[in-house]
Amino acid sequence: MDQMLLLALVALGLPLLSFVLVIFNQRALGARAHLISVPALAFSLVLSIYLAWLKLRPGSMGLRPFEWSADWIRLGTVPGFGPVRVTASVLIDNITVIMMVVVTGVSFLVHLFSIGYMRGDTRYARYFAFLGFFTFAMLALVLSSNLFLLYGAWELVGFASWALIGHWYERPGPQRAATKAFITNRIGDAMLFTGILLLFGQFHTFNLREIFALVAQGLPITFSFLGCSPETTLTIAGLLLFGGAVAKSAQFPLHVWLPDAMEGPTPVSALIHAATMVAAGVYLMARIFPLLTGNAMLVVACTGAFTSVLAATIAISQTDIKRVLAYSTVSQLGLMIMAIGAGAVSAGFFHLVTHAAFKACLFLGAGSVIHAMHRVLHERDDTATDAQDICNMGGLRKKMPITAVSFVIATLAISGLPLMAGMMSKDEILAGTAAYGQLQRGIASALPFVGFGVTLLTAAYMWRLTFLMFFGKPSRLDLFERIKESPRMMTVPLVVLAAASLWIWFAINPLQAESGRFLANWVKTPSQVIPPQTAPSFAFGILLPSTPSSGPMPHQLALAAKAHEWAGRSVWLALASGACGFLFALWLYLLKRSRSIGTLRISALDPLRQFSLRAWYIDVAYEYTVVGAVLLTSRIISWADDAIVDGAVNASARATVVTARILSLFDRFVVDGIVTLAGATVQFLGLMIRSLQSGRIQTYLAWVVASVIAIFVVMWMIALPPSMLF
Amino acid sequence: MIPVGLPHFLVLSAVLFVLGIFTMLTRKNAIAVLMGIELILNAANINFVAFTRYGAVNFGGQMAAIFVIVIAACEAAVALAIVLNLYRRSQTISVTEANKLHD
Repeated sequence: MDQMLLLALVALGLPLLSFVLVIFNQRALGARAHLISVPALAFSLVLSIYLAWLKLRPGSMGLRPFEWSADWIRLGTVPGFGPVRVTASVLIDNITVIMMVVVTGVSFLVHLFSIGYMRGDTRYARYFAFLGFFTFAMLALVLSSNLFLLYGAWELVGFASWALIGHWYERPGPQRAATKAFITNRIGDAMLFTGILLLFGQFHTFNLREIFALVAQGLPITFSFLGCSPETTLTIAGLLLFGGAVAKSAQFPLHVWLPDAMEGPTPVSALIHAATMVAAGVYLMARIFPLLTGNAMLVVACTGAFTSVLAATIAISQTDIKRVLAYSTVSQLGLMIMAIGAGAVSAGFFHLVTHAAFKACLFLGAGSVIHAMHRVLHERDDTATDAQDICNMGGLRKKMPITAVSFVIATLAISGLPLMAGMMSKDEILAGTAAYGQLQRGIASALPFVGFGVTLLTAAYMWRLTFLMFFGKPSRLDLFERIKESPRMMTVPLVVLAAASLWIWFAINPLQAESGRFLANWVKTPSQVIPPQTAPSFAFGILLPSTPSSGPMPHQLALAAKAHEWAGRSVWLALASGACGFLFALWLYLLKRSRSIGTLRISALDPLRQFSLRAWYIDVAYEYTVVGAVLLTSRIISWADDAIVDGAVNASARATVVTARILSLFDRFVVDGIVTLAGATVQFLGLMIRSLQSGRIQTYLAWVVASVIAIFVVMWMIALPPSMLF
Repeated sequence: MIPVGLPHFLVLSAVLFVLGIFTMLTRKNAIAVLMGIELILNAANINFVAFTRYGAVNFGGQMAAIFVIVIAACEAAVALAIVLNLYRRSQTISVTEANKLHD
């Protein structure tokens, strides 16, 4: 057991070590930084794979998790609250080890790819340092079993993404994008933290499993947020935690940062989209799923569904490769979140893993193409042409065969066509969603249609992208002639990731994911612990077992049964919708060669096209409302600062000056006056007395006589009683 | 006819004293000033003798008067010597012109 802990901690520590070594020796390492980072990540990957093998091999502990914890901070007993302590704890279960393999695997390949992609960059070493830090933060996030550490790692992930998106910080675009990503995430972080504190305030522990156990015992009446009932409070807590995931996993309405994050280097986009940043939100939802009440589940599912439709409709009209891929990520994340909301957590998590492989492959493939385009443009001193615009490409498969083949495989995977891992996970999501929609009814009935619609759209826009990039005739022959395949350092990761997108790793039968090893043996939907009355309403018709404390709750059993029914049908439905999208793209973009900017030229559809191209005007709307409001507020505050605060300071300064003037006048005329007067008096007296000293003896004598007479008179008047005076 | 008593002597002495003072203040001649001093001393002598005659049982007053006369003789000698020296230095014995004490 200790062996697993040690393995996990070493795998966690290696990327951190890489970060520390590289960041403090940037100048010395220079262009050799990868010599430290890449081996560190390779070791970390090997350890993660070994750990996963130990945990997942047949006959090992199965689904039993391994947990280790130690008291980290003891704050003693707080009056009115009880003992406060924070534990540092590690949880290694199947989800953790799978996430570790995904994170270190993608990160390792991104490291490898970056050696070629980032060659000659001014901050090569800093780039590799932060890649390692990003990986470390994400590993810490998946390893921690308590919300406190998870939150810390969550923030580190946010920081690392900020540093990497803003890698080229001399340019205004990346600067803005990094800040936008960070600030948008802050909103989610605030909600996540509120949710964590809400749970901690009641249950006095950050440990998720302890919280689940306490909730399963029944909610205490004191569990109340702003006077809500305990059940509502549990919903609120679930939704606050979900708020964190909304920002990290780019769900509507906080998805706006992800497309802008494309300003970062392309391998970083691959890392963010596949393994580290956006996976954190889905991972968190999979972890806290047992706490989600029926209402919270509905909100989560609807948010995911709406996001996936929104992003898919935007992706269909974009012309920048990376923006298409970014919106496709948002859309796929929406599907995962929808699946988790619909109770199909294992399917959502499955999609997270398969998505990591093919999305990393797509991004690195796009990076490979952009790299080649850049090189050509650089040779020709052409700064006007956009290297990322698909309108400048076409037919690239002849020049970049390896990139093209891996890109096509990944596109097959994301569009849910057979023999691909993506198809299996998507089918599971669709089956789970269909089951949920059928049971829950109401607004949830729309979710399956959303799922199939998004599958169709995904196939359409991904094949549009592929056709316009790699097939057909080159649109810029001058560029096309000089395009060359990327070096092996960059194509090897593509091939590995394309291979990882195949079905074989997750199940033997490509059409039956349910009985495959991933879903059958590795990951199970966790049992919920919510009070029965807060479960989804369809559970009321089902006979409640007398002891609901362990095992899946009745509504989960119902969902699972329904999903199993749907699994056979949804495969064919998903295949059909995926094929429709594929054929649509084939017809429109390959056979009809609708190139222009890749859409139908029908004037009636033009407003729609604009609407999609401008991403539903959401950014514009935010610009006018949220950003505008913030700017207005800050302008008002700045004015208040200038006019009132500065004014008060200035007024007090002026008052001081005036007082000083008055004091100076007082000084000059009163204090100095007294001194001068004393001097003048003495001088005057001196003058007078000097005049007495005439040198004439007779004058002196006269004074003597006068004085004696005067003294005599005075003494006579004093000494004699009044009666004798007169 | 009023019998002569102590008040008469005292008045005489006061008149003499005032006359002496007056002489000292008004005369310019240093010799005349010395004479004023003699007048004052003799006014004092009259007082001594008169008080002894009408009050005291011993002869202290008379003795003081004789003592004052002796002192006055010495004083006159010294003062005349000063006047001589003054004349030798400044060719004058006018007290208004001898104002060197002013310096």
